[in-house]
Amino acid sequence: MPAVEVQNLRKEFVRSNGRRSGLLRRNRKRVEALKGVSFEIARGECVAILGQNGSGKSTLVRLLATLLLHDGGSATIFGHDVFRETRAVRRLVNRVSVEASFFKKMSSTENLSYAARFYGMTPGETRDEIPRILEKVGFPADRRGEAMEGLSRGMQQKVALARALLTQPVLLLLDEPTTGLDPRSKLEVQDFIREVRQIHDATILLCTHDLDEAEALAERIGILDDGDLICLDTVDGIKRKYHSGTLEEAFFAATGHGLEDVKEDE
Amino acid sequence: MPGAAAALRHELIGLAGVFERNVYLVKRYIWWDVAFFVWTVANTLTIVFIAKGIEAGGGTIDVPRVTTILLVGAVVWAYLGIIFEILTETVAWERWEGTIEYTFMAPLSRPIHLFGMGAFAIVYGVVRAVLLFGVVAVFFSLQLSHANFPAALLVLIVASIPFIGIGMMTAVLPLISPEKGTQLGFIAQGILLVVSGVYYPVSVLPEWMQWISVISPATYALDGMRDAIINGAGITAMWEHIWPLIIIGIVSIPLGLEVFRRGERYAKKHGKLKRSG
Repeated sequence: MPAVEVQNLRKEFVRSNGRRSGLLRRNRKRVEALKGVSFEIARGECVAILGQNGSGKSTLVRLLATLLLHDGGSATIFGHDVFRETRAVRRLVNRVSVEASFFKKMSSTENLSYAARFYGMTPGETRDEIPRILEKVGFPADRRGEAMEGLSRGMQQKVALARALLTQPVLLLLDEPTTGLDPRSKLEVQDFIREVRQIHDATILLCTHDLDEAEALAERIGILDDGDLICLDTVDGIKRKYHSGTLEEAFFAATGHGLEDVKEDE
Repeated sequence: MPGAAAALRHELIGLAGVFERNVYLVKRYIWWDVAFFVWTVANTLTIVFIAKGIEAGGGTIDVPRVTTILLVGAVVWAYLGIIFEILTETVAWERWEGTIEYTFMAPLSRPIHLFGMGAFAIVYGVVRAVLLFGVVAVFFSLQLSHANFPAALLVLIVASIPFIGIGMMTAVLPLISPEKGTQLGFIAQGILLVVSGVYYPVSVLPEWMQWISVISPATYALDGMRDAIINGAGITAMWEHIWPLIIIGIVSIPLGLEVFRRGERYAKKHGKLKRSG
């Protein structure tokens, strides 16, 4: 059984273009965020999805995280239907996104306690586990009681990783986890992701627009462009397919544009 | 551990987690809470002094009685406001902080999540209501020698059940309209304020408004609390006020959960859980 099986997954949003037809009616248009995406991820595998902003990466992660309802197709996680068996899926999945997202006045320990309770962890269990996991991600012990708003982005992202790992997910959804981090923090987070795979045998779906990060962490890389998954293969396979010497050239050959070109927001 | 017991344990731990988080937030924002309490005291005093004002203007009223009637009205109104505010924070605050997606993707049932918020709202609201009553009462010479406070408290707590049901319905509004949803919740509060006899008897309302007051839990909460505090009615005498509250609660809680469920589905369909969207 694959860890993740996605078949012809579709999602569209209705967006207002800001204009009105008549006094009250807004002009709306349908935007296809995912246009029938299909792929599988094996247990323990790390797959990176590359795409520019607005390509559908975050929509894919949100669909798999049960945060969006789909408009067609199917998705299963370890055999559980993402849209029908949400409780079972939620026990298996956690996510780290580009925004660390915490209660800013609360400390890292308080934020992690709150998150852990939702996964059934008692105060007795988190009393030892939270300091252990914070230490593991390299978070200084003397700052555990400090409000999150006083911490750097890198520190906050480490706590976000700790939050995801605290619940021992078998599938980790990483949505640009290192975007905006300084080079050192970026490397620390990447090292930690590798360690998580080795120790916890977690399956990872990494969405990023960082080519080096994708190449360094993933066994296979998918290119998502304007809601279409153009290819999903090993780095060498992609280079061969697009007759390119580098992943960046292959991406350009596949999509006709660079990764940093900005599109409409997802 | 058998499956059902393990699932129940998981849900109860989650419920405790919601409560625990709110305690952390109260601790972290304690001075804001103190400031808000001072504002509530000032508001309540403004209303309760009306009784003295009428007398000073030449009116003939039983000032201590009217003062107590107004005080009970203001305290229940403040309590209702806290219940609604905390339940609305289920979505609004988490959305503002950006944590809502993490909370909504956690394996905790939404009813338990909302009941956790409701349980905290009751405890926090009761503490605030008792403090408010005590502080404002110091400013007036009230006749409270016959007051039956346990009976009044019982009515307030039972009234919390339908209040929470209505609060669940308004809590979903920020999911539907992230920008204006919270303010829309004030409409429900405003309607309850008008029809429930917070500061005047329901009998002065037009007949069609009196019909609405019948389904407002605040009507029975106010009647019961005034009966207990002014007339000294005991706990057994509270039954006539409590049974309508129970019936409204039996209807409003499932209705509130269903409204929230539909709102959550709408938000997931249209991508409105996301902080920026």
